Formats: sequence, structure tokens, C-alpha cells
Amino acid sequence: MERRCRWFSFVVCAVLPFGAWGQANAGASSLDSIQTLGEVMVTANRYSEVIPSQKLTGKELKALNSFSVADAIRYFSGLQIKDYGGVGGLKTVNLRSMGTNHMGVYYNGIQLGNAQNGQVDLGKFSLENIEEISLYNGQKSEIFQSAREFGSAGSIYLTTRRPKFKPGETSHLKASLKTGSFDLINPSVLFEYKLSETVSMTFNSEWVNSSGKYKFRYKRVTPSGEVAYDTTATRQNGDIDAVRFEGGLQGYLTNGFWKAYVYHYTSERGIPGAIVNNVWRNGERVWDRNSFVQGVYQQDITRKYGIKVNAKYAFDYTHYMNNDDKLMRVDNQYKQREAYISVANKYSILDNWDVSVAYDMQWNGLSEYMSASRYTHWISAATAFSLADRLKMQASVLATLVDETADGQAKSPNKSKVTPAVFLSYQPLKKYNWVWRAFYKQIYRMPTFNDLYYADMGNAVLKPESATQYNVGFTYAVAPKKGFLSGFHVGADAYYNLVNDKIIAYPKGQQFRWTMLNLGKVDIRGVDVQATATFRLPYEINLMAKVQYTYQEAIDITSPRDNYYRNQIPYIPWHSGSAILGLTYKDWGLNYSFVYVGERYNQQENIEYNYVQPWYTSDLSLVKTFRIKSVDLKVTAEVNNLLNQAYDVVLNYPMPMRNYRLGIAIEL
Amino acid sequence: MRAFVRHIIWGVMLSALALASSCREDEVVVLSEREESLFGENTSPSYAGLYLLNEGNMGSNKCTLDFADFENNCYVRNLYAERNPNVIKELGDVGNDIEIYGSKMYAVINCSHKVEVLDARTCRRIGQVDIPNCRYITFDKGYAYVSSYVGPVGIDPNAQLGAVFQVDTATLEITAEVTVGYQPDELLVQDGLLYVANSGGYRKPDYDYTVSVVDIATMTQIRKIPVGINLHHIRADRYGKLWVSSRGDERSVPSRLFVLEKDGRTGRMEVSDTLDIPCSEMDICGDSLYLCSVAWSDVTQENSVTYGIIDVRTGELLSNGFIQDGTEGDIEIPYGLKVNPENGDIYVTDAKNYVSSGNLHCYGRDGKRKWSVRTGDIPAHMVLLSKMEK
Repeated sequence: MERRCRWFSFVVCAVLPFGAWGQANAGASSLDSIQTLGEVMVTANRYSEVIPSQKLTGKELKALNSFSVADAIRYFSGLQIKDYGGVGGLKTVNLRSMGTNHMGVYYNGIQLGNAQNGQVDLGKFSLENIEEISLYNGQKSEIFQSAREFGSAGSIYLTTRRPKFKPGETSHLKASLKTGSFDLINPSVLFEYKLSETVSMTFNSEWVNSSGKYKFRYKRVTPSGEVAYDTTATRQNGDIDAVRFEGGLQGYLTNGFWKAYVYHYTSERGIPGAIVNNVWRNGERVWDRNSFVQGVYQQDITRKYGIKVNAKYAFDYTHYMNNDDKLMRVDNQYKQREAYISVANKYSILDNWDVSVAYDMQWNGLSEYMSASRYTHWISAATAFSLADRLKMQASVLATLVDETADGQAKSPNKSKVTPAVFLSYQPLKKYNWVWRAFYKQIYRMPTFNDLYYADMGNAVLKPESATQYNVGFTYAVAPKKGFLSGFHVGADAYYNLVNDKIIAYPKGQQFRWTMLNLGKVDIRGVDVQATATFRLPYEINLMAKVQYTYQEAIDITSPRDNYYRNQIPYIPWHSGSAILGLTYKDWGLNYSFVYVGERYNQQENIEYNYVQPWYTSDLSLVKTFRIKSVDLKVTAEVNNLLNQAYDVVLNYPMPMRNYRLGIAIEL
Repeated sequence: MRAFVRHIIWGVMLSALALASSCREDEVVVLSEREESLFGENTSPSYAGLYLLNEGNMGSNKCTLDFADFENNCYVRNLYAERNPNVIKELGDVGNDIEIYGSKMYAVINCSHKVEVLDARTCRRIGQVDIPNCRYITFDKGYAYVSSYVGPVGIDPNAQLGAVFQVDTATLEITAEVTVGYQPDELLVQDGLLYVANSGGYRKPDYDYTVSVVDIATMTQIRKIPVGINLHHIRADRYGKLWVSSRGDERSVPSRLFVLEKDGRTGRMEVSDTLDIPCSEMDICGDSLYLCSVAWSDVTQENSVTYGIIDVRTGELLSNGFIQDGTEGDIEIPYGLKVNPENGDIYVTDAKNYVSSGNLHCYGRDGKRKWSVRTGDIPAHMVLLSKMEK
């Protein structure tokens, strides 16, 4: 134990001083992404964001030993992941302690919805074809967007790989295979084809199969240090079999583009369940089918006027079954449908002054086990103003109207809310890339269908949950042309959030079900810090270091009568952070990543019984690329949880101990 | 600017070092906590104390055992883990009943599918009996009878009939099993017959509405008495009458209390009275039946909490409560109820929001609160420990 700690301190210390030795910029990777963006969004620069996002792109993403999107976003500051463990385990994300439901997850620009429980399982989204993940606090501070994009307290944008053809190229083919612990088999194929100078298509498919079996360990010692019990068992019923197909067609227009997209995911999984005394396996199974088609069209009609249209239709089917002889038999089906259309308009009054108006409408329907539907309308108006490119301001206002219907039970009252947001950034010195930023935002999240109507737990009269956010921070970046340091970037933000009428979901024995709790009022104060440095070392060695730290105090201030009054809310650590080190030499790459989640409590009361120890994992990967004629071959070997730590993220849901993954990818 | 950057870096480094110092350590068995001098004068000399089983929220594995020690005037929280540190994952998930028979104490742990058998005095583990989805326990002539929500798998997988298991208390072996109604809850033995209150909770809204009668000699179900939907508790008074509570359907059918008496002509138990009194928990002591009830109202968006004492001879509600000092407001969700037959003390537990520590309150016969103490999560089931002969 002792040794493990010292080792950790060593790593942290080893990473950090590098940053102190020199200066730096926004990093080569984000420069790349701007260039590729430029191709797609012809006008991107003119509506630049007031507050840029935290981003993981191409190379950085590849360097992380991440299997799903959920694994990758652990490296963003301010985020907490709830992970039930394993390849198929539910993984949801919570931004700045405001709760999963305040988070908007956007797939190629359009929000992924789940009107039933408001949670998006990020474990379902493979990194295989993801090119960029961006996280915005508040909202994407750009005014030319759909009204709904103004409607979350925080947003994650997942962008799939965009085809880029070099002159003379007309197609790309990439095939990969991953295998490793948990009996994982994960082949995938990607095909890109240039149909004409302006139109291209992509196709991507992936299969994930895993038994989900892994060793886990529970150990207790007596106060005198003797082993009280020490048991190792194998996780059962955590298997997954999933297939994903995606197809896209995209074209460029004069000052614009269009894109059509089809997505289909189908899976069968076991739900491994809580490990409690005398219970080592579980019989719950879930079948999922998620399909959607979506399209976007964006064009600058005149020099001053631009339009953007988004549309989507989604169908989700879930079949949940509990086969355990010892428990209640359950066999339920849920069908969700979603239809969405959005029209956003932007007009440039002056070169440095834009305004936008957007209207979105969405219909959600839930049928089979529960039956309910709702229409939601969003209307937004926003304006952006900049002075000498050094002072940028943006203000937006969003009206949300919800019209509910429910079959066979009392319907929830219709709701309407108007919420404002203001974003500001200022670069005091022209010479230095040192930018101050601040935002204020107020937002509501509507209760989900489960919150309102779920059998015995739903409460039709639930109020929307509100969140008010204040944020102030800065970024500083340098990019020396020569010398040891090639880039350095640091960003820090302090924030204060207040959540009122908070509705929280609490896991019960059956993971799929939740006990609804109205936690009331939460006061959240925190600090996020990120720093990235890249170095030029001798002998063609390049080094990249990235660290991120989050401090959060999220306390329940509902009522002084509660015995958890002013206690930290469940599963929010005070300290958390991560570090990534990437070393490249010619065709070789060696990456180390580290995630730390500090002590926290698994229930509202901060007492010994609910205390959860910190956990931290170290992952290591080695990459070698080969080029044989025109074929690129990449071989990857990964070790995850190198130090073999036995830990739970969620109480009684053990996480995998040391595990391995091997990957091979061929591209031509 | 360079200096500024350096400051930032040092700041980040120092916080990282702070993190590094808070490392993971071996998990230590959570020891018991004591609260001293709580009870004042001991007015119950024949009892050594009161055990309280905290259910713990489902999936949390936080079922714990507390002990109000009358002899040493202290309250001990979370006794089990300390006394039995070698039991993997401690007492278990969701305790549902606790009883003492002879020198042994039996804790029915619902979601751990076992009955934990302890030495009643020391709380040390003697053994366990694996019974799937076990609910309540009763005893007769050296045997324990445990109700279980799921019996043997029948032809129709959707009709999950429940069962009662017979366990030899000397060997802790299951000696017989009998299929009863749907999702049986509390049970009792009277005159060689086992009466089982069936809930049918898994069949909502088609609840069961019967009390199963099992002949212990042959361990066969001999009949089913129609009573009311979603039955829960069954208790006998000293006149041989059975008091059965129905949970209702939490919508149109309210919770009620039924009285079963031997029919003079047939000699069989039949419903003789229906009391329109909601009842979540009850305990009979002498001629008094103490009860409490919690019912959610969609209209007021509040729980309606009621207490009462019924005269078992007449079936009349004698009083609208046994709390007379205005402290009812301190109890959010009364969840467990027990009366001390010796001094008439009434123990009421408060489960609060089900996911935080509860409270145990003790009221005297006069309705005045004597003491209160913090418990584990969802304090629910209680049993008094007699002083053993030394």
C-alpha cells in the first residue's frame, strides 16, 4: 500500500514540473481540428465561441486506453462518471454535480434524447469512429445553433470521423480488431467514398461481444490489521453482444453544407447487479434497439443571413427481463419515439454584431409498459458582439414550453419557463494569449416520463428542476517557435451553482429501476483546472502532458432538520483529477493515463457507514505503426488498472481489476 | 507572465500532492458505535435489552443490527460486523424480520436470501439457512417456519406461488416445504395450524386476498381463507382471535384491519369483523392492539400518518394515538412498532427518507417520550431479549 502511494506521488511529481520549464499554445491537435472544421463549416470562424470547450481530438483520443466515450470523458475536468462496471455496465455522466439530467449529449450536432429517464448511457458509444469530444459548461457559446442547444446546463458534443480525401483519393477503408480481457471481440470496419467533388459517403459498423467476466475482490481487515475476510470472485451476467451500423452522406454547398445520417444499434446485455451478502449473481437482461435518422442543412444565403435546419426521428426499444427464480419475474417492453425539427437563423447587423433566432419542436412518445407523450417547444433569441476581437460578449434567452399527455393517469401540468444566459470573454493584453472569461446561466430540466408517471414512483406534479450557474475563469496559452517547449496551455475556472427542486435517481436492487428522491436544494462550489504541455525532445522524441484537477463542494441545503444538512451529496468527491502522458518516437507511441477520484459518500449522510475510499487507476498503452506500401498498420497493446486496484465506483458494483486489450487496425 | 504561469503550475502541483496523500487503504470492518446513559432508570428488569434490525435500502447491503442494552444503559449501533468480522459482506441486504427462539436469534435477510442464526446473547454467528426471498419467521415445537415469496417453479412461470419452509432449529436444516398463496408475508402457528398472510405483491393489481392454512403435521395447505387484498401482518390476541392487516392497493382500496375468529359451527377460522382503520404496523400487548399507518395522498402530496390503540375485546378504537406529548411531528415515517409487555413502553422507529439514518423513539405508557436515538438505515424490526438464566 505504502509503496503504491509513493509511486503515485512520484508519477504526479514527474508529470507536473515539465510544465514549469517553459512556455506554450493551443496545442497542435486543436489547430488540426480547426483546419478540418474549416472544410466543413465554411463560416466557422465568424461565429467563434466566446468560451471554448474542453476537447479531446484525434491523436489524444487514440492515446487514451478508452473503449467507450464514457472512458474518455473521465479526462475532462468538472465531470463525474457513474460506472456500474464492465463493458456492458451503465455509464452516466454528471457535470459539476448538477446531475445527469442537466447534461445534453449531442451526436453529430443533434441531442441524444431519452425522455423516459433522461439518462444517456455513454458506455454504449464506442470511440471507434469518434473524432472529437467537446465539453461545454453552460452551453456552446456560439449563437448560430438550434434553440435546444441553449437548453442544457452543460453539453457534450460527439463528432464522428469526417471524411478527408487527399488529392487523387476517392476511398478509404479501415478495418480493426480488438480483443482482450472479458473475452472481448470487437471488430469494426469503416468505409469512406468520394462520390463527387462535393459529395461523399461514409459507412461504419462494429460488433462488440464480451462475456463481461472479470475477477473482483472484497477485502476487510480488523482494526488490529488482521484479515477479516478477503474474497475474490468472478463477475457474472455482465455479458454484452452489440452491433452498430452508421451511414452518412455529406455534401458541400456554396457557403454551406448538408449532411444526412443513419444510426442503428442493437444489443443484448446482462445486468450484473449489486454484489451483496450471499448474492453473487443476478438474472436481469436487457435488449436494446436504438435507431435514428438525422439531417442538417446549413448555408449562408447572403453575406449577412445564414440558416441552419436540423431534423431527426428516433426510435428506441427496450426489453427488460428478470429471470431470477428467487425474485419477481419481470418482462417489460418500452418503446420511445422522438421527432424533432429545428430552424435557426442568423443575421449579421455589423461585422462584429450578430443576432440569431431559433425555433425547435419535439414530440416524444412512450408506449407499451408506460404510455405518455409530450410536445416540447424551444424558442431562442441570441446576440453576439465583439470588440477588436479581444472583448467578446453573448447573451441569449430561451423559452421552453412543455405540453404533456398521459394515458390512464393524471397528466402532468403543462410547463413554461424562460431562462437567460450571458457569456463574456476578454483578452487584456494584445501581446499575450491570456483570456478572462465569465458566464451566468439559468436553466431548468423538465421531469422525465419516469419521474412523472413510473408505476408507484412517478409523481405527476413534479416541478422542473432549476439550476443557476455562475462561472469565472481564464486561459493562457503560448506556442514557442523553437526550444524545448512547443506548446503550453492552462485554463482555470471557479464556479458556483445552485440547484433547486432537485430530483435525483437512486439505484435500487434492480439496476434498471430507480427510487425517486427529491433532494431539494444543492449548493455547489468548485474549481476546475486544466493544463497541457507539449515538448520537443532530442532524437525525434515528442512528449505531451495533460493534467486536470477538479475541486467540488456540493452540499445539500434542503432543510436544517435533515441529519444530512450541509453534507456533501452522494458520489461527489471533493477532489478528482487525471493526468495523461504521451511519448512518441518515430513509429512508436507510449501513453500513460491516470484517473483519481477522491473520498466521497455513497448516501446523503456523511457518516462512516457511507464513506467510500478514493480510487485511482493507471493505464498504459504501447502503439506501433507500420507502413507497408500504401497500407497503414497499427498495433496497440493496453494494460488497464495496472496496479490491480479493487474498487467500486457505485456501491456494491465492483469494477474490473487489471485487464488487457490488444488491437490491430489496417487502413488503406 | 512567466512567473504567473509558474505560480499556477505550483498551485496545481500542490493540489495534486494533496490528492496523493489521500490514498486508498485497506478497508477496516466498520465497528459498532455506543451511546451511553440514554435510558435513565431501568423499568424492565426481566429484559436484557432490545434488538433492532435495520433493513437498509435494497442493493446497499446495509442491513445492520442495533442493540438497546437496558442493563448497561447504552445503545449500540451496528453490532453484527464487529462480532462477526469474518462474514463476507456482513449481515446482508434488506433485513425483514428478527425473532428469538430459545437461545438463538434468527434474522431474516430478504435480499440475501438467508436466515442468519445468531447466539441471542453474544450476537455471534451460529449458521445460516438459505431460503430464497425469505420474509417472516415464526416458531413451534422446535421448528422454525419461514415464509418465502417464491416457492418451487411451477408450470406457469408467471404464477409465482410462495412457500413456507420448515427448519429444524437444532440442526438448522430445512425439513419440509409447503406451497401457499402468492407472496406470503407474516405467519403464525395456532393449535397445530399455520396461518399465512398472502400478499400477492408481485401480481399487482391482481393481489392475493387469502390467508393460507397449513396443517403442520402433514405440512400441507388445507384451505385458504378469503380476507382482503394484499395482506401483510397476522397476529393472535390472547383470546385466540387473529388480526390481519391489509395494505390495500394504495389507490382505491384503503389499508384495513380484519379480525378472524373460529366459527362456532364449523370450528374454522373466518373473518368476523372488518375495521376501517388503516394499519401499516401493529403489535398486541394484553388487550391493546397498537398500530400506526402511513398513507400517501396524491391530493395533498403528503403522507398521512396515524396512530391508534384498539381494544381487542371490542374492536373499538380506544385512542387516536399513544403519543401524547406532541412529538408526533418528529416522526416522518413510522416504520416499526413494538410494545414492551413488562412496563408498557412503546418503541417506534422512524425510517425517514429510507436512505439515511433513522431514529428509535421510546414512549412510556403515559404517551410521553422517554428517549430517542439514531439508528441504522430503515430501522424496522425489533425483538426483546429476555435475561437468560446464568
